[in-house]
Amino acid sequence: MSHTTLLVFELTILVLAIFLGFEVISKVPTLLHTPLMSGTNAIHGIVIVGAMLVAGLGHKDTLTIVVGLVAVVLASANVVGGFVVTDRMLEMFRKREATVKDDGG
Amino acid sequence: MGRDATNLAYLATIVTFVVALRFLSNPATARRGNQIGAVGMLVAIAVTFANANVVSYWEIVVGMVVGGALGAVAALRVKMTAMPQMVALFNGVGGGAAALISLAEFHTLAPAVGHLRRDISISLVLSALIGSISFSGSMVAFAKLQELVRGRPITYPGQKLGNLLLFGACIAAGVVIVAGYEHQWLLAALGLGAGLFGILFVLPIGGADMPVVISLLNAFTGLAAAATGFELENNVLIVAGMLVGASGTLLTVMMGRAMNRSIANVLFGAFGQIAATGAAAAATNGGTVRAATADDVAVMLAYAQRVIVVPGYGLAVAQAQHDLRQLADLLEGKGVHVSYAIHPVAGRMPGHMNVLLAEANVPYPQLKEMDEINPEFSQTDVALVIGANDVVNLEARNNPSSPIYGMPILNVDQSAAVVVLKRSMNPGFAGIDNPLFLNPKTVMLFGDAKDSIAKLTAAAKTL
Repeated sequence: MSHTTLLVFELTILVLAIFLGFEVISKVPTLLHTPLMSGTNAIHGIVIVGAMLVAGLGHKDTLTIVVGLVAVVLASANVVGGFVVTDRMLEMFRKREATVKDDGG
Repeated sequence: MGRDATNLAYLATIVTFVVALRFLSNPATARRGNQIGAVGMLVAIAVTFANANVVSYWEIVVGMVVGGALGAVAALRVKMTAMPQMVALFNGVGGGAAALISLAEFHTLAPAVGHLRRDISISLVLSALIGSISFSGSMVAFAKLQELVRGRPITYPGQKLGNLLLFGACIAAGVVIVAGYEHQWLLAALGLGAGLFGILFVLPIGGADMPVVISLLNAFTGLAAAATGFELENNVLIVAGMLVGASGTLLTVMMGRAMNRSIANVLFGAFGQIAATGAAAAATNGGTVRAATADDVAVMLAYAQRVIVVPGYGLAVAQAQHDLRQLADLLEGKGVHVSYAIHPVAGRMPGHMNVLLAEANVPYPQLKEMDEINPEFSQTDVALVIGANDVVNLEARNNPSSPIYGMPILNVDQSAAVVVLKRSMNPGFAGIDNPLFLNPKTVMLFGDAKDSIAKLTAAAKTL
């Protein structure tokens, strides 16, 4: 596959992803907008894959590895923090009263 | 693992992300969706480890443990009231990671001038630019929300022109790089310049406009991640980045619409400076503020049939959500019908109030959106406004010269009585005075929201 073909292919995916994104996100109720933000935050933590590729590939000099590793640290915090905090939030949304009340009611 | 197998596994990750977002359309499935997304992320990470080209494992593992531990501790410890700054922080580190990736990748790919394909250099410039803005902008948003710096707009002469010139210089540097002047110092300078721009760009934006800013920065980080995907020819980065970009963009537009202001006005308007003059003018309008005691208000609430609670940022600041829930429980025990009116821009991020009340175990069917609840105020005995100001400001409806004129508000003035819990008569975060407080239907209960609610609960118990 030539570079141009690959690029066109990637652009196709990009455009489809935009439409898919708008379609899916527009169905999220305002009730869940904060979890939506932190959930999408976790999803852009996918840059961790990029950080790993940059930091981990061979034939690199120290500067690349150091910068790549800092990126790995940042992206890991993003991924773990994003998913954990979203889970904490979503756990709280209940339709009816919980059987055990906090704070002694 | 071969390239095709790797890409297939990445496709599985893409599917989990889409499912995760799809499941967010319903509170009952949302949590499972998030967990599915997390599994997809693990798959992507595992596959990347298995990539034949990745050779230095241990450094990466150490980096992941350090970053992951920091993220986990922060996520587990953060209070729900501090959620906006937490989201800003995680958003920023993601943007920072994308910018760093582009710097490292540029260093590798362009050891000498003239080696880069045009599409790669464009992507590198974009992810450095957007990622840096997102990183520093989010850090300033974090600092503002954490009250490390003033929440009010920070302005100085020549601000807009200076920002414009700085941004123009960053774009010019990007164009020069793409044109073939592929020197690392220039990309690094571009990153630094963009970082500075991010700081200067968020500083003048007031606290009440934070929902728009955070949404926009969220979109930026998504775009930076997608640009990184083009650099590394990696589909999962492109798709995931654009999903986030779409989400952030949509939220930005919705928040702007909820305030009936253009995004440009929010970003460049330095909203809230009019505070002093506006407040002085309105105070002399002739109305008087009626202060009530907790006992009076408790009687009003306990003998009402319908009460609508209107929460605002003040509820979060006072961390009074649990006390509010206790008061609501008590009232419901006395046969009062209690519901909650949630304005789209109440609080400091989209959906902020919903999360707070969910934490206090308020069942989500009681949380009503503005369009749903506005017709109900006319059949309501008491509207209980807690720490909210702009979203119930009658100036938005009545005063064409008001900066918030045209913003849809919650029609609390249509209910039989309004009780406003407020710290003092200082104007709200947006710095605009509110004629609602002078309305003959309105009584004010001054004090910290948490204290006031506790007093109301105590008083209502004796009735």
